Amino acid sequence: MGGTRVFGEPIPRREDPRLLTGQGRYLDDLGRDALAAAFVRSPHAHARILDIDVTDALDVDGLVAIYTWEDLPGRVAEPLPLLIPHPSLTHGRTAYPLARDVVRHVGEPVAMVVARDRYLAEDAASRIRVDYDPLPAVVGIEEAARAEHLVHDDVPGNVGAVLEQRTGDVDAAIEAAPHVLEFRLDIERSASMPLEGRGVYARWDADDGSLRVYSSTQASTSVRAAIAAKLGLPPGKVEVIAPDVGGGFGVKIVHPWPEEILVPWAARLLDREVKWTEDRREHFVAAAHERGQVQHVRVGFDDEGRVLGLDVRILHDHGAYTPYGVIIPIVTSTQLLGPYKIGAYRAEVVSLYTNTVIVTPYRGAGRPQGVFCMERTMDRIADHLGRDRAAVREVNLIRPDEFPYDQGLTFQDGRPLIYDSGDYPALLARIKELIGWDSFEEERARAAAEGRRIGIGLGCYVEGTGVGPYEGGHVEIDTSGRVHVATGLTSQGQGHETVFAQIAAAELGVPVEDVRVTTGDTRRFGYAVGTFASRAAVMSGNAIALAARKVREKALRIAAEALEADPRDLEITDGVVHVKGDPSAAVPLRTVAVLSNPLRYAFDEEAQRATQFAVGGDATEPPLRGEEPGLEGRDYYSPVRSTFAAGMHAAIVETDPDTAEVRILRYAVVHDCGRLINPRIVEGQIHGGVAQGIGGALYERMVYDESGQLLNASFMDFLMPYATEIPRIETAHLETPSPLNPLGIKGAGEAGVIPVSAVIASAVEDAEGIRVHSMPLSPDDLYRLRRRAERDESLRTRSGARAARERAT
Amino acid sequence: MEETFEIELTVNGVHRTARAPARRLLSDLLRHDLGLTGTHVGCEHGVCGCCTVLLDGEPVRSCLMLAVTADGHEITTVEGLAGRDGTPSPVQRAFQECHGLQCGYCTPGFLCTVTALLRDNPRPTDEEVLEGISGNLCRCTGYQNIVASVHRAAELLAEEAR
Repeated sequence: MGGTRVFGEPIPRREDPRLLTGQGRYLDDLGRDALAAAFVRSPHAHARILDIDVTDALDVDGLVAIYTWEDLPGRVAEPLPLLIPHPSLTHGRTAYPLARDVVRHVGEPVAMVVARDRYLAEDAASRIRVDYDPLPAVVGIEEAARAEHLVHDDVPGNVGAVLEQRTGDVDAAIEAAPHVLEFRLDIERSASMPLEGRGVYARWDADDGSLRVYSSTQASTSVRAAIAAKLGLPPGKVEVIAPDVGGGFGVKIVHPWPEEILVPWAARLLDREVKWTEDRREHFVAAAHERGQVQHVRVGFDDEGRVLGLDVRILHDHGAYTPYGVIIPIVTSTQLLGPYKIGAYRAEVVSLYTNTVIVTPYRGAGRPQGVFCMERTMDRIADHLGRDRAAVREVNLIRPDEFPYDQGLTFQDGRPLIYDSGDYPALLARIKELIGWDSFEEERARAAAEGRRIGIGLGCYVEGTGVGPYEGGHVEIDTSGRVHVATGLTSQGQGHETVFAQIAAAELGVPVEDVRVTTGDTRRFGYAVGTFASRAAVMSGNAIALAARKVREKALRIAAEALEADPRDLEITDGVVHVKGDPSAAVPLRTVAVLSNPLRYAFDEEAQRATQFAVGGDATEPPLRGEEPGLEGRDYYSPVRSTFAAGMHAAIVETDPDTAEVRILRYAVVHDCGRLINPRIVEGQIHGGVAQGIGGALYERMVYDESGQLLNASFMDFLMPYATEIPRIETAHLETPSPLNPLGIKGAGEAGVIPVSAVIASAVEDAEGIRVHSMPLSPDDLYRLRRRAERDESLRTRSGARAARERAT
Repeated sequence: MEETFEIELTVNGVHRTARAPARRLLSDLLRHDLGLTGTHVGCEHGVCGCCTVLLDGEPVRSCLMLAVTADGHEITTVEGLAGRDGTPSPVQRAFQECHGLQCGYCTPGFLCTVTALLRDNPRPTDEEVLEGISGNLCRCTGYQNIVASVHRAAELLAEEAR
């Protein structure tokens, strides 16, 4: 691999210098002279559109155009695509780009205005009068399930999909089990909420008949395919670029958004540049949310706490439309199993329509709910048996010698749910050590002596990462010796430019400073899937490594000719090909690049060396000798199935006896994502994920009223954590390589967020002796829970109930 | 036609003029009229702190100020934090060293806030750092490395002062 040690090093990020000096280029930083689009959006959760009157808007200075559904031609007027069809999604429905007849959630776009600037576009939008006939709104999971009213007339029961996953005979297993528990869990809606919202900017080139579109997206190649299809353009005439993206966390994987079709369409029609930048309120009501589920759990187990049968019925709220299919239900129902061997298992997810904004993956993508379910179940079992919570988990863990472990289900990539590698008992031992699990009772006693109430909690998860179908990489070394790496996969701030450069530098044996990385630009790489499901490092990382290996081999072949050596005797160090152990017999890669491209014309001094009268060699051979010109290579990585990362988190919390405020005193993470490319970046991903998890556990919820109005659609009222809410996060790593890919890596992007709600619930329950069955847990919620538990012993844990009795006597 | 007003101000040490309607936000003036897009807008209502700039040295939310009210004032944006020769400021260097940013969208606001914070309090305690940055949201980093960056910046500033 050459002498350059760069893979695995915590090197500083390549993207930082521009981002720290204001030189980043996010969507709204582009297109300074573009016309601005603004949207008239439905103020009703469910209504019939009777009339749209634009008269008053027409005399707004600077107005260019107003469009409603009636104005849309051909395929632009059709419903947006259902991106991921699935047999269980029997009643999939998607929205029109602009509402046709009926609106089904507050925020649904009804008309588009284009004007000289955004102020004027908003002026015009505010003067468009839409006459609505309000219809009954379906809000909340249980109301959707009761189906007194329908979100879509032709979807009976509001049921979009019924997904079932099963292994073994769960009814028989539970019936035969020595112990059985049944309970209900609730998880509220939250959202990705990147600080940069969505945005689209389109430039039509009438002379060339081509379109260039910038979108703050997680999937530029697929946005291109969608735009080309909708506008009837050949894919080669559409380029889509994801510029610097100010966070995505899942929400920007959805595509095409209505705006991603309408803005390019209008740009072509008007032959003018058009840009739309989402504002914060729009992001709340017109992008996407996630998480909301109600779970009914029935579990049978033995005296040790071994789960013999687990039956979970989940009601999932997917909002008004299903453009992203049933990915979240699939992920919840498969990843629920975590690191455990569960006897028989059945999960039934009923995915329901409501008159609320759509629900699509947000970091974790259904896993936080699944893990909440399983980990709450483990704690219930431990409490029922009076056993240690960690010990109950321990007896259920898959052992290291049982890999590959087949869970017997089908995962979100349509492939079997087979865990490739891991060491779960080691993770558990390490997290217990890190948090001080075994000595916690002394700590609790010390706190109690000071009148303080503290508790400890634990949560474990397995995360399927690096889902297919594929990603690609292109690596090219130019005649200055610079290495250009491209992958079609986008970045949303994770540091891809850095880690991909590390991978290429390590594979090629060049200084990392010489590597430049381009992501998410269809002009550089046209085939890709996107950044989601903790897949970027695994998928594009391996593709780039494979492409770099091709380039390395080619460089060695060409250098071997020049040095009259055997390629097997050569290696590359600091960008120079040389004979192993003999640095004097050497040729720099920049010269190899020159030699790789036989030339007729010299355009500079370097190029002279490759022209026909300068190159000697065998006159009977064609100059290319069977090679393609250029020192470049392209390759793809396509895994048979996902690779499974894992981790365990633990926390110590303190609850205020009076205000019911929860304070996190310590938070510890042990994480295993295989080989680390850049430990600093992995840690950063974990910190950020945990912070989002804490938001979901204690603060964030989407508050809809019964008429479907989102009451907290601003940063004033939707409480995301500031620095003051996030504790220091202690981390440790295990590195169990994946046997599935050349680099032995697993994904890390979502890990931090996954078990946090489960961990906090476990710790608060331990501190309070009161069962925690819903998240998030605000001080209000906890206060009310305390009051109810005073009257109702079934709300108290057995230890909590015992303590309460002791206090009473 | 909307009435517009002449605005004169100093941005990053350079005298600038612009014409804008009374309702135009300072953030829009900086970004779209003056082309200084390093100042970002995250919520348009003064909560997230992405749009923080220094007005006569004090951090303000440029999305909550009308551009006309900045007339005659001096503004520093993220583009003006580095030295005249382009050397990154100690605060900028510290954020890179400590991995205090990921997507970079909130970063300019943090950099401006922290620049003012350390000018007023060169050796803040942990509590003071938390307090000092508690008006800025970050959705990527979990803040741990931002806090570390602030302390590191304080060290770098102290070294520079020596």
